[in-house]
Amino acid sequence: MNESQPAVICESVTKEFGAGELRTRALSGVDLNVHPGEMTLLVGPSGCGKTTLISIIAGLLNPTAGQVRVLGETISSMKNRTLVDFRRRQIGFVFQQYNLLPALTAAENAAVPLLISGWNRTQAIDQARTVLEAIGMGNRANAYPHQLSGGQQQRVAIARALVHAPKLLVCDEPTAALDAHSGHTVMELISKVAVQPDRAVIIVTHDSRIYNFGHRIITMSDGRVEKVETLHNSGLPADVKSAT
Amino acid sequence: MIWIALKMLMGDRAKYLGLIFGVTFATLLMTQQISIFMGILERTASQINDVREAEIWIMDGKVRFIDEVPGLPDMYLHRVRGIEGVNWAVRFYKGQVRARLENGDFRNLVLLGLDDDTLVGAPQEMIAGDLADLRRPDAVIVDKAGYEYMWPKEPYQIGRTFELNDRRAVLVGVCKASPPFTTLPILYTRYSAAAGYVPRERNLMNFILASPAPGHDVDNVCHVIQEKTGLQALSQKAFRKKTLDYFLASTGIPVNFGITISLGFIVGAAITGQTFYLFTLENLKQFGALKAMGVNNLRIMGMILIQAFVVGVIGYGFGIGLTAAFFEATSGITHLAGLHLNWLAALGVGAAVLVIITLTALVSVRKVLVLEPAIVFR
Repeated sequence: MNESQPAVICESVTKEFGAGELRTRALSGVDLNVHPGEMTLLVGPSGCGKTTLISIIAGLLNPTAGQVRVLGETISSMKNRTLVDFRRRQIGFVFQQYNLLPALTAAENAAVPLLISGWNRTQAIDQARTVLEAIGMGNRANAYPHQLSGGQQQRVAIARALVHAPKLLVCDEPTAALDAHSGHTVMELISKVAVQPDRAVIIVTHDSRIYNFGHRIITMSDGRVEKVETLHNSGLPADVKSAT
Repeated sequence: MIWIALKMLMGDRAKYLGLIFGVTFATLLMTQQISIFMGILERTASQINDVREAEIWIMDGKVRFIDEVPGLPDMYLHRVRGIEGVNWAVRFYKGQVRARLENGDFRNLVLLGLDDDTLVGAPQEMIAGDLADLRRPDAVIVDKAGYEYMWPKEPYQIGRTFELNDRRAVLVGVCKASPPFTTLPILYTRYSAAAGYVPRERNLMNFILASPAPGHDVDNVCHVIQEKTGLQALSQKAFRKKTLDYFLASTGIPVNFGITISLGFIVGAAITGQTFYLFTLENLKQFGALKAMGVNNLRIMGMILIQAFVVGVIGYGFGIGLTAAFFEATSGITHLAGLHLNWLAALGVGAAVLVIITLTALVSVRKVLVLEPAIVFR
């Protein structure tokens, strides 16, 4: 990927659900660019189309009309098998409810993307331990999800999202299920570890407390991009700013 | 991914054990009932199986099974003996009599009258007494289960007497015999003695037992006997099948067992299917996350199938083990003697379990395959 080029380009993306009288338009001609090395926040009221847009960008939904290019590939016209393979290699996911497998330890959970890619189990778990160490969770690598706090589970989820070094990180409300302190810790972690010159980070959020972590804030309303704000001098804490 | 699938399966202990219980229960119920059914069916032909020396059974042309046999005039014995290809032929009687014991109790018995000279059809293994003593006056031999039925909890006592049709019978031995369908005691005696024990009929002999001459095919000899005498001549195998077919077609046994076996299948499938479906539903978000992270449908299907297969194998193993333990534990009970874990039943139930887990997995797989990975963002 050329770092001067946008990592994500959405052109006139429209998405409709249902048919006939029940047809609902979730997105109406969305144009959007997301750049590598940036953390882009998608914000807006419930039902404005944020989740639909992030699902399309992540290759989980197909647009009804328009074109989506991610990391130089037109995913809106990809065949399903190619798209699944693309997601496996290029995209990391952080979910609101963490979606960790309860029967796996933190290290095993973090190793899942590598196991999906066919890594040897021992090597995959070793690599996952390294990432967990990097995010300060090395001492909880053998803990099961039910033994971890919400914030710790989300940090494991972040390790899982980054373990295979994806070029696009997609986060859905990563702080919604966390208290203010945990949410702040998680966002600091994403800022420090996830934002890299060759990686784009997109975060869907309702949480205005984390807006100052973003490089750009895209506000959506009624299925359209209402406003794009670029925060050249974001409100990141000093240590975070230096890390990015 | 197989490793992840198994971790997911075994991580939910309650459902995992519930699934294994469902398959175990179905396997136990089906295997046990089918084995008992096959054992009982085998008992219908136990007297045919126990006659080792004769390969040919000759009887009235209208006979449908071993317990419904009219007498034949003695001249048929001579006619059969004169047919080319018949090595030898002897009388045989099978019927029921009532015994009055020393204490006044009475018991119904199966009476087998053996040819006086050859004792063809005599028991193969004696537990007490001597087979040769059957040649003594009024001598009878009873099978082990019969002795325990007639004189419960009493040690074997050779020489004890009782009455058959107001005539004296002297017990000279206790033998092993395959249990009969009716669970009545089996009493062996000589044909001439049997003639005195059974109520008078014009013709007593209801079977002729024969053996083909060396070099003659059993079925061909049977065919010739039928042609020349008008009687029904069957190989041991054919007579056994005819008797089994009668019980299958004309009694409620298959229906009753069939209902129980079907219930085992249905209940097992319901428990397993429902639990597995719930297990899959509860993991739907996890499967959705895996799909989002790049696991394709084929691998998801493989994960679910391996989960179902593991549950099936473990449950089937436990079920077969419990069935074997049941038959082992009951092997000492006289009335259950001869009933055992039938390998054909085990094989058949294995196929049924495969059907159960395949159906179960398919229902669950469908739910996951149609799952939109975007569910993880909802």
